[in-house]
Amino acid sequence: MIVRILGEGQYDLDDHALDALNGLDTQIEAAIESGDEEMFRTALNGLLASVRASGTHHDMDTLDESDMILPPPDATIDEVRQLLGDDGLIPG
Amino acid sequence: MSLMKRISLIFRSKANKALDKAEDPRETLDYSYQRQLELLSKVRRGVADVATSRKRVELQVNQLEQQAAKLQGQAEKAIGVGREDLAREALTRKSGLTTQIDGLKEQRSTLQGEEEKLVLAQQRLQAKVEAFRTRKETIKATYTAAEAQTRIGEAMSGIGEEMGDVGLAIQRAEDKTAQMQARGQAIDELIASGALDDASQINAGDDISRELDALSSGSDVEAELARLKAGSTPQAIEPGDGGDILQESDEVAARREAGEGGPA
Repeated sequence: MIVRILGEGQYDLDDHALDALNGLDTQIEAAIESGDEEMFRTALNGLLASVRASGTHHDMDTLDESDMILPPPDATIDEVRQLLGDDGLIPG
Repeated sequence: MSLMKRISLIFRSKANKALDKAEDPRETLDYSYQRQLELLSKVRRGVADVATSRKRVELQVNQLEQQAAKLQGQAEKAIGVGREDLAREALTRKSGLTTQIDGLKEQRSTLQGEEEKLVLAQQRLQAKVEAFRTRKETIKATYTAAEAQTRIGEAMSGIGEEMGDVGLAIQRAEDKTAQMQARGQAIDELIASGALDDASQINAGDDISRELDALSSGSDVEAELARLKAGSTPQAIEPGDGGDILQESDEVAARREAGEGGPA
């Protein structure tokens, strides 16, 4: 499956690698809900690091959609909230 | 639903909506391709803008470092003439500058990071745009209208996601650059106001320099006086001085000769 880290590009990952990522994903979600910036940062960095570690760069010259899209490494909680919300962080 | 999944869905739907403007499939392809080229030139401009900001920050770091070195020199000079108070003042100012310099260096590395990210984003987009162009021509040439619709959908969503990503990267880089420009402006103003003693105005008007100059010209006078006093005894004349005198008298002689060989 293909995972995109925003600002960084796409990675190919084995499907079973996803299980390992789900735990961190839940942590990030909890951190965003509670507004815990430190926990958010740790979990996000962990998540991105394991995508980079277990994935390989997807071919640049293909036009494939990603199955998962992750925030950029330096994103703040607010930015991720915006990504999830309708505030138009993604330019049209 | 997981966070990753939610972000993907929202991101994709927005990215695709942005491209979903033309009715005719072929028009959609051309319209999208046009948008891709525009985005490519926008990302190139983005890279140039970030580079300009980075260079400006580097210039400021250099200015402030020169100023810090100057203050260090002043502190040493002040200690040399026994003025600890002046030395303390110079070092205090220097430590204020050091904080500014550290802040600027951090900004520089942030900007450098943004610049590198945008360069990579540009390469990725470039590769995808090229792939899209090839796909576009194939679709136009080979497929019937019904088939084309599916192929176009695939190509569009793939490129749409990349464009959304690159667009976001440009926007974030612009935001960061704008923040730094505001801070850079503040430092420029600080330098202009003289609060940081612009290095380009060395010796022109800061109080520590003036006081040190006054001190050193005072002590120069004393030293000169001492030398003159010592010079009243012939043994004390230095060889260098003797040479100068000789040279001077040669010159005088030469001038005299020239004068005699003149219009007379």
